[in-house]
Amino acid sequence: MAESAVKKAVGLHVRIAKRAELGTKKAVLIRLASVLAALIAGGIFILIIGYNPFPVYGTIVKGAFSTAMAFQATVKIMIPLLISALGVTLAFKMKFWNIGAEGQIIVGAIFASYFALFHDDMPHVLLIIIMLAAGIIGGGLYGLIPAFFKAKFNTNETLFTLMLNYIALNIIVWLRDGAWADPESGGFPKIARFSANAQLDKVFGVQIGWIIGLVLTAAVFVYLRYTKHGYEISVVSESHATARYAGMDPKKIMLRTMFLSGAVCGVAGMVQATGSDMTLATSVAGGVGFTAIIVAWLAQLNPIVILIVSFLFAVLEKGSSVMQSTFGISTYCADVLQGIILFFVLAGEFFVRYKFVAGGKESKS
Amino acid sequence: MEKETYKKENDGEVYAIECKGITKVFGSVVANDNIDLSVKYGEILALLGENGSGKTTLMNMLSGIYHPDSGSISISGKPAAINSPSDAIALGIGMIHQHFKLVEAFSAVDNIIAGTPGKLKKRSVIRSEIAAISQKLGLDVDPDKKIYNMSVSEKQTVEILKVLYRGAKILILDEPTAVLTPQETEKLFDMLRRMRDDGCAIIIITHKLNEVLAISDRVTVLRKGQSAATVLTAESDEKKLTELMVGKKVDLSIERPEPVSPEPLLNVYHLSVDKPDGSLALDDITFDIYSGEILGVAGVAGSGQKELCETIAGLNGIRSGAVLYKKENIIGKSAREIIDLGISMSFVPEDRLGMGLVASMGMTGNMMLKSYGKSKGPFVDKAPAKELSEKLIKKLDIKTPSAETPVRMLSGGNVQKVLLGREIESAPNLLITAYPVRGLDINSAYTVYDLLNEQKKKGVAVLFIGEDLDVLLELADKIMVLCHGKITGIVDARKVTKEQIGLMMTGSSAEEVLGNG
Amino acid sequence: MDMFINFLVAAVLAGTPLLFGTVGEIINEKAGHLNLGVEGMMAIGACAGFMAGYRSDSLIIAVIAAFLAGAAGALIYALLTVTFMADQNVTGLTLTIFGCGISNFIGEYNIARSETGNLKLPEHITSQIRNLNIPGLSDIPVVGKLLFSYNIFVYFGVVIAIIVFIYLNKTKSGLNLRTIGENPAAADAVGIHVARNKYISLLIGGGICGIGGAYCSMIICGGVWMSDSVNGLGWISVALVIFAAWSPLKAIGGSLVFGAFSVLKYYMPKSVITLPNAFYDMLPFLITALILVITSVRKNKGRAQPASCGINYFREER
Repeated sequence: MAESAVKKAVGLHVRIAKRAELGTKKAVLIRLASVLAALIAGGIFILIIGYNPFPVYGTIVKGAFSTAMAFQATVKIMIPLLISALGVTLAFKMKFWNIGAEGQIIVGAIFASYFALFHDDMPHVLLIIIMLAAGIIGGGLYGLIPAFFKAKFNTNETLFTLMLNYIALNIIVWLRDGAWADPESGGFPKIARFSANAQLDKVFGVQIGWIIGLVLTAAVFVYLRYTKHGYEISVVSESHATARYAGMDPKKIMLRTMFLSGAVCGVAGMVQATGSDMTLATSVAGGVGFTAIIVAWLAQLNPIVILIVSFLFAVLEKGSSVMQSTFGISTYCADVLQGIILFFVLAGEFFVRYKFVAGGKESKS
Repeated sequence: MEKETYKKENDGEVYAIECKGITKVFGSVVANDNIDLSVKYGEILALLGENGSGKTTLMNMLSGIYHPDSGSISISGKPAAINSPSDAIALGIGMIHQHFKLVEAFSAVDNIIAGTPGKLKKRSVIRSEIAAISQKLGLDVDPDKKIYNMSVSEKQTVEILKVLYRGAKILILDEPTAVLTPQETEKLFDMLRRMRDDGCAIIIITHKLNEVLAISDRVTVLRKGQSAATVLTAESDEKKLTELMVGKKVDLSIERPEPVSPEPLLNVYHLSVDKPDGSLALDDITFDIYSGEILGVAGVAGSGQKELCETIAGLNGIRSGAVLYKKENIIGKSAREIIDLGISMSFVPEDRLGMGLVASMGMTGNMMLKSYGKSKGPFVDKAPAKELSEKLIKKLDIKTPSAETPVRMLSGGNVQKVLLGREIESAPNLLITAYPVRGLDINSAYTVYDLLNEQKKKGVAVLFIGEDLDVLLELADKIMVLCHGKITGIVDARKVTKEQIGLMMTGSSAEEVLGNG
Repeated sequence: MDMFINFLVAAVLAGTPLLFGTVGEIINEKAGHLNLGVEGMMAIGACAGFMAGYRSDSLIIAVIAAFLAGAAGALIYALLTVTFMADQNVTGLTLTIFGCGISNFIGEYNIARSETGNLKLPEHITSQIRNLNIPGLSDIPVVGKLLFSYNIFVYFGVVIAIIVFIYLNKTKSGLNLRTIGENPAAADAVGIHVARNKYISLLIGGGICGIGGAYCSMIICGGVWMSDSVNGLGWISVALVIFAAWSPLKAIGGSLVFGAFSVLKYYMPKSVITLPNAFYDMLPFLITALILVITSVRKNKGRAQPASCGINYFREER
């Protein structure tokens, strides 16, 4: 008897099976559950390093919302993240793995900064519009490079865009150390602060990037869902053969979409440089391009959800800085918590699509 | 009935495989429902059934890819739990999958030895081992050739060597003839017979009745996931097997109305088309398509059928030649231009979900695939597409929960109705269809034939790329045979035999074949 | 001439962490996983290796700790991508964020609790990771300096690369692994345990990356803990995998070349050519991008990523 029980236990395999389509409600519940599990795991981490997780979490939330200034700072963090997440979404919808948001942000910022540094004597509104256009063109052109090689030679875009990020980063360093070095910095390598004329205006105490972000959210939403271009993108993402069969030109669509994807990321760079940094810093992208990929993926490429997710990311980041001043916990803790949450959500996605079942039992003899 | 009598005859013998009450459920679909199946050593069992009847699922459970939800499997008389492919291999079961499981970048040798137990042997040792097996069965393959340089038939040989190298005594072949010429098929069958005489148990999955009758000793018929019957091949015929497969009496004859005043509609002159690698896909072909006629195209897969369809539809560049549609050359025009010119050319590509339709979209999204650009302004107008979807659902009796359900969720027959329905709705003068009944059950296939005949009666010219020669012979008015991109002959479908077509598929000219016959 | 020898020596030293990262990532990609978490796994290894060395004063313990920590990072990745079939790109990026975060966090956590306000490796271990001086060999002119004067990690890295090369190309188990990376369904059908092999190779690859991280924190930073010691070397390693055409043997030469790029700015005589430093830092990425384009133009099948790299495998996919 005992033996057969053991045999049964050994013979019992847990295996994975595909779920029948889940309802939206259930899928949302699973995702919320994984966030909750992540918060618990994060809490355990905070406990291990010797703090009570509840006040720490409380501080994060309070830190992001308690005062108008705190909230403004949160929104300021959200702006580039939101915009670049929207940018990569355009490419991802086409199943073009644009890991190059980081580089596109940088090149957009560089293009815009050129006007901020050397043509800041224009009327303010005109200058802002020109800088915005420059950001769009810079980011867009930088997005076109991998698209061109993908279209022409089928060059692997994941790896190629990754390389372009670091090329862009070193272009800033080169400008900073050479042509665009601030002569008044006393040898410290930096680019001069933009004049007031070249700085973005503020509305409700936050640079107008937030308005641009909201407008882009709506625009990307409408573009993907209701326009002919959006329809073409969905067809191309499914199959280039189908697109050609339907009389579309998949290469043209790929180039156009990647220009737009890069352009939106370029706007993020322009907004960050002229609205938040007030100069062209090497940290203008600072990993936002990578986080944006995660945000876009978490939001299932839905622009409205991207708005929410990027806001939550900003809350975590802003709150963590308060956590440091209150508890003396290093801000790197935010990265750790972010990682933990993402790991759980990634795992949670599995349960939306699959389920574990017991199976592979010994056949009856 | 047959099953019962047969069992009595074989009492006391040890089966190579004996399955009892196998059930497997995917999500809400019952793929296998309480299936029984058995095969002896030294026997070839045909597993017959329509697409979706559960053949492949059942065999995947024997090879350890899937797990049965319930039921029992015995190998050589002993109960066995096949939890993984390695279990299956250890039990002497080898499966040759319909879609080859080979590493393209590896040589034949590396593909054959990967996953075998023990240390890596010297190349020379492995080569002689492979040579020994090849010799015994009359196989021929270069062990150092890379898979990506191989023909389909060579790849299949590697697959077979792979399982024999592992000492398999029970072979399962999933639709092995789908990609072969009649001659290659005969070669394969000879080999299988040799292996049977050698004491192997062989299960061959197929839906081609003539092959079942030619190769098997016994047939198990599956229908809608259940075992319909098991019969001795010698005691059955095509009609009986079809009835078992479909579950009711079926009239197997295909209607062929006489063409009414055919006129040349499309003239192809000395057309040559390149493959991406620079070799010729179509080599100087010339032929006409007439209105009110079905022109069948026969040929081994990859003989240029795909390029022919795509060139006429404006998807391919050409090397030389011309394609005249109503006396106007359409070469050099893009697919969009061809549509915009008012030339209603409907092209039903062979890869339905990969090319003709967008799998993740619903019917509405798919209906506007070619017409979405017609509305004014930057936005798409879904209303006409939605209307058309509703109309087709009613007219063709398409089974779908709604017009918004992704078409990949529909069954093969319904997917084909969506595609063909959309093309026919655009009122074409020329309808190009490639493998339109591939993967369809018999009833759906006959619906498709009816739709094509209906178009033919309206005076539409139909180019029909087929794979089942029996169907081509019954449905088409003329048959054009392609071999390596060349036309080996255009013959009257009413006056030619399957064997003659088969010879032409391998390069004999019509004059030789018909002259001899 | 001396200048040139010094340059080569510096290139070898700068290339060594890249060699570890690259070999680790090659194993990952051969198993069909484009792991963008190399930077993170190296960071985790950097932290674990340094802290273990700091506390134990033993090089072996430090290296083992770095390996295990890198493997632990890889375990998260493997669990998510192999078992839970999560998107590989997103998981890799997350691992990088998490790995760098936790590495820096633990560093600061320990600094805050130290008496001196900084962390410095103790004497014994420092002597173990100094450049070797083999009597007789190291004194041979030119050759001695070029071949026999490095710290122990350099030789260890080369040995690992050679072992991995032999494993991948000359053993059955390596053939099985490559089969998985090319076509997991084919591997599965012949009874190769796909998930188990993926786990093992992801973990070993992650561990090797971890050792590369330890090199950054213990040697590059001169024995004093610094945040962000890996500083992008993980990303260069991902690039180097392409440069080395997925071969551990070519990775040895490749890491030397990339190491040379990174120190070129200090050794290029200003009289000959003056280029901005940023240009030298950009070179590895620029050249890798060019290689990507060139190989795609040529459609070179021998020089390509394993066919199923980046795609997760689910046996019952229908």
